[in-house]
Amino acid sequence: MNEPVIELSGVHRRFPEGPAALCDVSMTVGAGEAVAILGPSGSGKSTMLNMIAGLDRPDAGTVTVAGVRVDRLGEAGAARYRREKVGMVFQFFNLLDDLTVLDNVVLPAEMTGVGRGEARSRASGLLETLGIARHARAYPGRLSGGERQRVAVARALMNRPPLLLADEPTGALDSASGEEVRALLRELHADGQTVVVVTHDEGLAASCATRVVRIADGRIASDTRVVNGGSGAPAGVADGSAAVAR
Amino acid sequence: MSALGRVVRAGVRRRRVQTAVTGLAAMMAVTASVLGGSLLVASNAPFDHAFALQHGAHLAAQFDAARVTAAEVDATSHDAGVTAAAGPFRTVTADPSGGPGLELPPGVAMDPMKLVARSDAGGPVDDVTLSSGHWVSGPGQLVVSADYSGPELGLGQEVDFPSASAGVTALRVVGIARSVSRTADGWVEPSDVSGLAGTKGADAGFQMLYRFASASTTAQLAADRDAIAARTPPGSLSGTRTWLDVKNSSDTSTGLFVPFLTAFGLLGVLMSVLIVGNVVAGAVGSGTRRIGVLKALGFTPAQVVSAYMGQALIPAAVGTVLGALVGHLVAGQVLATTEQVYGTVSLTVAPSVDVAVVGGVLLMVSVTALLTALRAGRLRTVDALAVGRTPKAGRGRRAARLSRALPLPRPVTLGLARPFARPARALAMVTAILFGAAAVTFAFGLGSSLQRIQDAKATTADVTVLTSAPPQSGGPVPPASGVAGASGAAGGATRAPGTVDTAAMTRAIGAQPGTRAWFGTARTQVTAAGTTGSVDVTAFLGDASWAGYRMVSGTWFHRPGEAVAPTPFLTATGTRVGDTVVLTDHGRAIPVRITGEVFVTENQGMDLLTDARTLASAEPNLKAAYFSVALTSGTDRSAYANALNAALRPTGAIAQLGDGGGASQLLIMLDALTGLLTLMLVVVAGLGVLNAVVLDTRERVHDLGVVKALGMTPRQTVSMVLAQVVLIGAVGGALGVPLGVVLQRIVVPAMGHSAGLRLPSVVLDVYQAPALVLLGLGGLVIAVLGATGPAGWAARTRTAVALRTE
Repeated sequence: MNEPVIELSGVHRRFPEGPAALCDVSMTVGAGEAVAILGPSGSGKSTMLNMIAGLDRPDAGTVTVAGVRVDRLGEAGAARYRREKVGMVFQFFNLLDDLTVLDNVVLPAEMTGVGRGEARSRASGLLETLGIARHARAYPGRLSGGERQRVAVARALMNRPPLLLADEPTGALDSASGEEVRALLRELHADGQTVVVVTHDEGLAASCATRVVRIADGRIASDTRVVNGGSGAPAGVADGSAAVAR
Repeated sequence: MSALGRVVRAGVRRRRVQTAVTGLAAMMAVTASVLGGSLLVASNAPFDHAFALQHGAHLAAQFDAARVTAAEVDATSHDAGVTAAAGPFRTVTADPSGGPGLELPPGVAMDPMKLVARSDAGGPVDDVTLSSGHWVSGPGQLVVSADYSGPELGLGQEVDFPSASAGVTALRVVGIARSVSRTADGWVEPSDVSGLAGTKGADAGFQMLYRFASASTTAQLAADRDAIAARTPPGSLSGTRTWLDVKNSSDTSTGLFVPFLTAFGLLGVLMSVLIVGNVVAGAVGSGTRRIGVLKALGFTPAQVVSAYMGQALIPAAVGTVLGALVGHLVAGQVLATTEQVYGTVSLTVAPSVDVAVVGGVLLMVSVTALLTALRAGRLRTVDALAVGRTPKAGRGRRAARLSRALPLPRPVTLGLARPFARPARALAMVTAILFGAAAVTFAFGLGSSLQRIQDAKATTADVTVLTSAPPQSGGPVPPASGVAGASGAAGGATRAPGTVDTAAMTRAIGAQPGTRAWFGTARTQVTAAGTTGSVDVTAFLGDASWAGYRMVSGTWFHRPGEAVAPTPFLTATGTRVGDTVVLTDHGRAIPVRITGEVFVTENQGMDLLTDARTLASAEPNLKAAYFSVALTSGTDRSAYANALNAALRPTGAIAQLGDGGGASQLLIMLDALTGLLTLMLVVVAGLGVLNAVVLDTRERVHDLGVVKALGMTPRQTVSMVLAQVVLIGAVGGALGVPLGVVLQRIVVPAMGHSAGLRLPSVVLDVYQAPALVLLGLGGLVIAVLGATGPAGWAARTRTAVALRTE
C-alpha cells in the first residue's frame, strides 16, 4: 500500500437516543486508492464519511487524514482542514443557487485566500477538463443533474486536495448522468486522485473502486480489493479473504 | 388532541427561535406601545385632567388673619355661585434656614415656604395627591409640595425655621404631595401654624379655596372674587390666585414638552406596529414549505390558516401579557417623571391604552398571520413544497455579481449580496433601523437643544454679587436654572434691591484681582404701548453683552434708548425688530428701539432688556439687585469669591459662585426619559433585525452547511452574516439620521412655539458633521448588534447538522 492518506483507529460514535453509529472501526486508505464504502441505510457509512471530512468527531478513537489528527480539530481548524485536505461531492450537489457555475467553483479557493486571477484560471481549467466550460456563466438551476455534479466535482478539486470524498454522488442522477459521473471518478482515480465514495450503488463501486468496504451496524463487515477496479471493466474479487471485522 | 392542535403545538415547540422572537417582539411592541400610548394620553391637556381629578380650586384666596376671623371667612363658602369650598385653613409663610444634611452654598438661603394647616389631604376642593409618605398626623410633621422651588426635600428630612426670639422650630418631612392648584409649599398640623407664626419673618393668615358655577373666564373669576371681597371686611382679602393663572403658567411650562413626548409616543407605537407585522409575516412566510406538507397530508386551506394563526397567536399572546406587565412597570417610572414634568398628579396607564394596545397587537398579529397564511395556503401544494424555503430564483444575482467584484474577502461579499435576494425582508430591516437611527438622532438633538436652552437661560457669570439679602422666590433673581421654571406657591415678598453701598461695592469688584468684566442687573416694571398690565424691564448697569443671552434675531443693544425683547413681548406689542415701542415709567414716556429678539423665558417672556440709562429720566436712582462678574482666565472662582466676600464685608453685599451650569432636576429627568425611550426604540429596532436575520440564517442553514463544508471558518461565517446587515444598517442609518434631524427641527420649535417662544438658531443647530456621521453609524451598530446573535448561532452550528437540514 502507498503512504496512508486516511487512518481510522478504534473509532466509536454514538448519537443520543440511538445505537452506536460506528463501533470500533479501524481502516487505512493509501494514497491513490479508490475506496467504495457500501452499506444499507443507517449502517454508519455516512457517519464514517463525516468523521473523515472533519464534519463530526468520534466519541473514541482517532482519525488521521494526510497527517492531520482530524478528531482533535476545533471548528476553525476543521474548516481549514477541509479547505486544504478534502474535496467533497454530495448526493444533491449542494451548489449555491445564487452563484454562477464559475463562482461556485472558485469559492473554496477564495476562502483560502488564493488570488482572484489564479482562482479563476484554475477553475476555468477544471471546467474545461470536466467538459462544462461552456456553462461557466450559467446558474446551477439551468444545468442537468450530471452537469451539476460535474460542477460539484470541479469545486471539490479546486484546492487540489489529496482526498476526494463523495457521498452518494450518483444517488440523485438518472442513469445516463450517473454514468457520466462514474466515468469522471474513474478518470480522477486514473490520474492518481485518492477517492472515497459512499454509496448504495453496487455498480458505482464495481466500476470505480479498487477496494470495497462494506459496513453493517456500525462495523466493517468486509474489506475487499477489486480486480480491475477503477478501470471501468467488469470487476472481480481479488482477495476474498480480506474481509476484516475488527 | 386534534390533528390541528398537534400541528400547532408542534409548530410552537419545534420552532423555538421563531416562537421566542414572536413572543419577544410582541412583548417589546406592547411595552413600547403601553409607554407610548400612556405618554400620548398624559400629554393631552395634562393640567385640565389633573385639575378635574383633584377638584382644583377655581380661586385660592388669602385672608389677613389680623383683619378677619375664621368664621367670617367660612361664611363666604355659602355665597351664591360657590359650588364647593374648602377651608378656612390657617396659613403661615415662614423662612426655613436649612436642616441636617441640607448643605446650602454660602450666602444662599432656602426659598420661603407657604405652609397651610390641613389635617386632611382630601376635600371637596383641592384634593391633594400624596405621592410618597403619609399625611401629617401630628405636630412637627411636614408634607412638602413636589413643586416647592427650594432644595429637594426627601422623606425624613428635618427643616429648621429659626424663631424670631430664640430657638429653632423644626419640622420633619413625612410626605410629598402635589396640589395642581399650587395652594401651598407644604402642609402642617394646625397646631404648628401657631408655633411657626412666631418665627422670623412669618406672615400668618387664612386660606380659602373655592369652586364656582361660572369660572371659565377671567371676567367671571373677577366677579366671583369681588363677591367674596364684598362679604369680608375691607382689606382682609390680601391676595387671590385664579385657576386660569395656574393653568397659564402650567401650560406654558408643559407646552414645551408635549410635542417631545408625543413624538416619542408616536415613534414607539409606529415601530411596534412595524416590528410585530414584520416578525409575524416572516414567521408564517418561512413556514410555506411546511404548509405544503400539511396540505399534501390532507389539511384544508382553512385548517392550514388556523394552524398558522394559532402558531403566531400563542407566543404573541404570552408576549402581549408579559409586555403589558413590563409596560406597566416601565410606564409607572416614566409617568412618575412625566408628573414632574407636567406638574400633574396620579398619572397611570389608562385602561383605554391597555385595551387598545393589547387588542391592537393581537389583532395585528391575527391579521398579519391570516394574510400571510392565506397567501401561503393559496399556493398549490406542489409549489409550496418546491419553493417554500428558498427565495424566488434569480433574485439578487446581479448584486451577487457586483459584490463579487469588490476587493473584499469572499465571505463578506457573499453576505453583502444577501439582502438583495430577499428585498421585502431587507426593506423591513431598513425601516426598523431607520426608525431606530431616527430615534437616536432625535434624542441626541433634543437633549442637545434642551441643554442649550438651559445654557441660554443661565448667565455666563463666574461670580454673582448680591446687593441685598439672598434672592427670594418672586424677587429679583439672577437668571435661574430649571427649564420649566415651575413657580412655587409662596410668592414671597420682594426685598428691596440695592440696600448696600453700591458705589463702594463696585469699587471693590473692580479692584479685586481676577476681575475681567462686570455689570449690574436691576429690575423694574413699566407699561408698554399695545399691552395691558405691566412689563418687566431688566436694566443693565454696564456692558452686559457678554452675559450669554442668545439672540433669535437682530443684535444686542449698543446704547441707551435701545433694547432687546423676547418673542412673547414682541407678539404682545405687535412690534418687530427695528420698531420703536413707547414705555411708560413713572408717568414718563420713553421711546425704545428694539434692536433684537432675545431668548428669555422668565416672566413668560414679558420682559424687556435694556441699558439702565434708558430709564434714567424716569428712574435716576435705579439700583442693581445683583452684579455679574466675569473672571480672567485661570482665576480660581471659589478663591475669588472668598476674597471678594472679605472685601465686600463692610458693604453688606455677598459674593457667591455664579450659576455653575449644574443641570436642573427637570433636565436630568428629561434626559433620563429621553434615554429610556431611545433605548426602547433601539431595542425594538434591533429586535426587528434579529428576527429578520434569524429567519434568513434558518432558511439558509443548508447553504451555510455547504460553505462550511467547503472550508468556511466560524469567523468567516460570522463575518458573512454580519456583512448581510452592513448595507442595511448603513442605508437605515443614512435615512434615519435626516429623519431624526427633521423630527428635531419640527419638535423643538414646536416646543418653543407652545411656550410662545421662538428659539435661537444656536438651540436648533446642534448637529455637527462629525456627530451626524457618528449618528449614521448608529444604524450600523443597531444592525450589527441585532445580527450578532444569529451570526454566532450560524458559526456554532455543526456543519453535518446544517447539511442534513432541508
